[in-house]
Amino acid sequence: MSSTVKSPWLIHYDASSCNGCDIEVLACLTPMYDVERFGIINTGNPKHADIFLVTGSVNERNSKVVQQIYSQMLEPKVVIACGICACSGGIFKECYNTLGGVDVAIPVDVYAPGCAIRPEAIIDAVVTGLGVLEEKRAAVAEGRIEAPALPQTPTAADKLVDAQTVRAAALAETQSGWATRERSPQ
Amino acid sequence: MTLLSFVAALVGFVILAPLVGCFIAGVDRILSARLQGRVGPPLLQPYYDVRKLLAKDNAEVNSFQGFYVALSLVLAILSGVFFFAGGNLLLVVFIITLSALFFIVAAYSTRSPYAEIGAEREIVQVMSYEPMVILMTVAFVMVTGSFNVSSVFELARPLIADMPLIFIGLVFILTIKLRKSPFDLSYSHHAHQELVKGISTEMSGKTLAMVEVMHWYETVLFLGWVALFIVWGSWVAALAAVGAVIVVYLLEIFIDNNFARVKWQHMLKWSWIVTFVCVLLNIFLFLWLRQPIV
Repeated sequence: MSSTVKSPWLIHYDASSCNGCDIEVLACLTPMYDVERFGIINTGNPKHADIFLVTGSVNERNSKVVQQIYSQMLEPKVVIACGICACSGGIFKECYNTLGGVDVAIPVDVYAPGCAIRPEAIIDAVVTGLGVLEEKRAAVAEGRIEAPALPQTPTAADKLVDAQTVRAAALAETQSGWATRERSPQ
Repeated sequence: MTLLSFVAALVGFVILAPLVGCFIAGVDRILSARLQGRVGPPLLQPYYDVRKLLAKDNAEVNSFQGFYVALSLVLAILSGVFFFAGGNLLLVVFIITLSALFFIVAAYSTRSPYAEIGAEREIVQVMSYEPMVILMTVAFVMVTGSFNVSSVFELARPLIADMPLIFIGLVFILTIKLRKSPFDLSYSHHAHQELVKGISTEMSGKTLAMVEVMHWYETVLFLGWVALFIVWGSWVAALAAVGAVIVVYLLEIFIDNNFARVKWQHMLKWSWIVTFVCVLLNIFLFLWLRQPIV
C-alpha cells in the first residue's frame, strides 16, 4: 500500500444530479461513516484531487465542465461514477436533455449504481477505485501513463438511446396488442 | 549565538522539526475528529499526504511559483534555526515574515483569480498578527535587556511573570498563525474549498508538499515562541515549557473546533485591539512596578 492509496483526496461534481447521490456523498464525511479514517479529504480543487466522484446524468452543458475538471486533475487519477444516473443515465436515460451517463464525456474507472447510492456503496466504490489508483500510480512512476484522449464534447446527437426510437418502439408495441407484447429493445 | 550552537541548531532543527511537526499535525487531526464525534485518520496521515503529493504528476502554471514556495520553505527553516540557536529574535521575526511574503508572492505569480483572492486574504492575516509579533520582541528586550534568544536562560524567573498580558496577546494571534478557526481565512487547516484554500489553488504535487512541510516547521517555531515565555535559568524550565506548549496547543485545537470563521474585518479589528490593549497595559504596568516613575 503506497502513500497514494493512503491519502486519496477526492473532488465531487454534480452533473445534473437530483442531489440525492450528492447528499449521500457528503453523508460519507459525517461522523456516521467518517471517510477521513481512510485519509480521504473532500477538496474543491481538481489540481489537489486524486479521485473524481461524479453524480448525475450528464447534459450537453456540463459535459464540457466534467471534461474540464477531469483534464485539470493530475495523474494518477480515478473516476468513479456514483449513482445509476452517472453510470448509464438511470431513469433519465431516454430524456431529451441528458446524455446518459458520465462515460460519454470522460473515461470511467468504477461504476457504482444505486438510486440514491448508499454511503456504504460509495465507500466500497472508493476502495475499489483505490485499487485502480495504485495500478496507475505504479504506471506513473514507471513513466508508462499517457493521458487518454477525451471523446469529443458529446452532444445530443451522440446519445445511444434517443427518445424518438424509444417512443416509436413503445407505439409499435402498443399497437401490436398487449397479448403479443415483447420486452422493448434496450 | 556561537558557531557551535548554530551548527547544532541547523542539524537538529532541520531534521527533528518536521518529525515533531508531522506528529503534531497528526495529533491535531485525530483530536479534531474526536471532538467532532468521528474517529479520524491514522497518526501518520500528514506524512502519507506529503508522500502522495510528491508522487503526483507535475503541472505548474509557470516556472516561478515552485521557486517562491521553495524560497518560503528555506526561509522558514532558517528562521527556526536562528531561533533555536539562540540568535537575534528580531531577525527571526523578520525572516519568518519574509517567508510569509514569498508565499503570498507565489500565489500572485499565477494570475489565477482564486489564488489572488487567497493571497489578499493571507495579506490581511499577516497584517493582523505582525504588530503583536514585533511587540512581543519589544517586550522581550525590555525584560532581558538583549535581543538574543539565548539570554532567556539567564533570567531568574520566566518572561510570563513580567509580561503575562503579552503572552495572552501572543496566544490570541497564534490562532491566526496556526491557521485555526475563527481566524483561518487563508489556507485553513481543516477546510479545503475554494476561497479558504484559495492561496494554494494553483499549487499541486511537489509545490503543495513543500507548503505542507513548511507548515510543520512553522508550527514548531511558533510553539517555540510560546515556550520562550516559560523558560528561565533552571532545569525545571524544560518540563514547564513543554507542558505549557502542550496546554496552549490543546487550547488552540479546542478553539478551532468551537468557533466559526469570522470575516477579515473582524479578524483585523480584534487582533489589533487585543494587541494594543495587552501591550500598552502590560508595558505600563511593567514600567510602573519595576522602575521609578520619573
